[in-house]
Amino acid sequence: MTDWAWVVPLPVVVPLFAAGLTLALFRRPRLQPIVSVSALALVLAASLTLLVLADDGPLVVDVGDWAAPVGINLVADRLSALMLTISSAVTLCVLLYSLAQGRDDDEESAPVSIYHPTFLVLSAGVANAFLSGDLFNIYVGFEILLAASFVLITLGGTRDRIRAGTIYVVVALLSSVLFLVALAAVYAATGTVNLAQLAIRLPQVDPDVRLVLQVLLLLAFAVKAAVFPLSAWLPDSYPTAPAPVTAVFAGLLTKVGVYAIIRTQTLLFPGGHLDDVLLWAALATMLVGILGAVAQDDIKRLLSFTLVSHIGFMVFGIALSSDVGLTAAIYYVAHHITVQTALFLVVGLVERVGGSTSLTRLGGLAKAAPALAILFFVPAMNLAGIPPLSGFLGKLGLLQAGVAAGTPLAYVLVVGSVVTSLLTLYALVKAWNKAFWQPPEQEPRAVRMPFGMVGPTGALVVVGLLLTFAAGPLYAYTERAAAALTARTPYVEAVLPDGARGEGESAEHSDEAEPAPSPQGGEGS
Amino acid sequence: MAPNLTLVVAIAVLFAAGVYLLLERSLSRVLLGVILLGNGANLLFLVAGGRAGRPPIVGQADERQMSDPLPQAMVLTAIVITLGMTAFLLAMAYRSWQLNRHDEVQDDVEDRRIARLAARDERAVTDADTEATVQSLDEEAAQARDETDDGEVTA
Repeated sequence: MTDWAWVVPLPVVVPLFAAGLTLALFRRPRLQPIVSVSALALVLAASLTLLVLADDGPLVVDVGDWAAPVGINLVADRLSALMLTISSAVTLCVLLYSLAQGRDDDEESAPVSIYHPTFLVLSAGVANAFLSGDLFNIYVGFEILLAASFVLITLGGTRDRIRAGTIYVVVALLSSVLFLVALAAVYAATGTVNLAQLAIRLPQVDPDVRLVLQVLLLLAFAVKAAVFPLSAWLPDSYPTAPAPVTAVFAGLLTKVGVYAIIRTQTLLFPGGHLDDVLLWAALATMLVGILGAVAQDDIKRLLSFTLVSHIGFMVFGIALSSDVGLTAAIYYVAHHITVQTALFLVVGLVERVGGSTSLTRLGGLAKAAPALAILFFVPAMNLAGIPPLSGFLGKLGLLQAGVAAGTPLAYVLVVGSVVTSLLTLYALVKAWNKAFWQPPEQEPRAVRMPFGMVGPTGALVVVGLLLTFAAGPLYAYTERAAAALTARTPYVEAVLPDGARGEGESAEHSDEAEPAPSPQGGEGS
Repeated sequence: MAPNLTLVVAIAVLFAAGVYLLLERSLSRVLLGVILLGNGANLLFLVAGGRAGRPPIVGQADERQMSDPLPQAMVLTAIVITLGMTAFLLAMAYRSWQLNRHDEVQDDVEDRRIARLAARDERAVTDADTEATVQSLDEEAAQARDETDDGEVTA
């Protein structure tokens, strides 16, 4: 197992290195895409390897060979590996799509030379947040991806994007400060920021202090994940960015927040404190989000609101804090990343063909572009949760988990999620009817859809279908992931094998050790 | 261990001023607010690190008298990150001033549109299917010619 540990840092290191390379190659627009595509393909391969390897137990790398609680470590357990695989598949598809878009039209959406380095840095930041076994390193991962996302959301610096970007940047910075404060408080209370060591030390902390820490961390992550009272920034800022940027933001950035919430709730603060608060927040997120979507006329905004609303489903699964709930939540995250990204990419195509994203102006696309109609219909129905697609399976899992929990509040959430599903169906069918069936205001332009854009979109739709067909093994995988998360010991024992120190150069030293370097490396155990 | 009171007061002042500035409309004031908040958080790390002591270089002092180096490393990282973010926000404020001759954080266009509609009590979207001027489904059905039906339509 340790032989393969060198794969773990690849998803972070390769894109960062490629980012530097593409930045150096900014005068060579032909070479840039080759570098970035091969880097992300490599990341996908590494993530798939991790997905298989992590099933036998978490893989741990002590960065710089410093033993675990002293140095920073990267941990790939089942949850991290699954999130990493889905996210790298999505980023690769989006990159290919944006390449074709850039080649085909030189409008405002064309990638400038800064696009490739930034996109790669974003991917590295996401991977770092998923893999990190250290709370402060998660913060660094967040900042890496945020800095990249700031550049991407204001790409071109037009009036609209600066306006939308301002809101996004200020809110993101606020959540970063909150996270930083939470980190300082965690360190003051426990003297460590290593996740595994925190899992051991936090139970010894005074329960009231623990509650404060949990609230602080959850607040910081909830802003990132766009959970209801903290979600207002999202539908305002996402839709103005270019289609591929919106797609990757919608797919990944909020899910990094959800991932962080899963980690804090399972590893650091087990026992389900604040679950009731989270359940109410989940309900509000679902309902407020979807009511916003129903009221929208612009299809990009409509999808942004459904994004907020469906974050509620994931929080619902997490807040049940049972194995079945977590299993369903993790499966739902995987499903939602692919589906939401695919939908935003399709909307990019819709905008291209129909010349607008306003539902009153669009029309007749089913006749003008039948292939596009299929590409929209499948993920839209998937998002709404029509059987037998993966959205249905995820929602069914959540509903079963809610019923299994059996508390009155869980039943309220079950009803709430059914209502939300129906309203999602209503909003999407309305969008479908208007964009594809209503008589168009003006005939759609006869625009050729480049294969480079249709291909990746189709690939993502197929990945969504694959989640349906491979639901059996995948659901079993998420079940094992959830079981390991609630058990906690596999993670802690993998990082700190003897309960105190990880493997690494400094493993031989105690705190009072002499400065002389140990002749033995940490490869031993 | 009781924390240093000077630090606590400084943190409180920085956070209060930072939050106040963050609530302003002008982006450059928001920027100042973010900087103050960031510095407040950095000082918080110093409190978290415990009592100040000798430089944490092994061999120069007794370990019991050293200060904790880890929070200082974290603060350094946080300072660098805040610097980058500040530079970006500054550039954005300047770009906003270039475009609009001001750097105020603007309301969302869609929000304003919906607020206007709500004030006038109108629907957000006029729907062609449900407007009264368009034929209803019954009227359309009455006019449709049906080859299989020989008889007259009795309305």
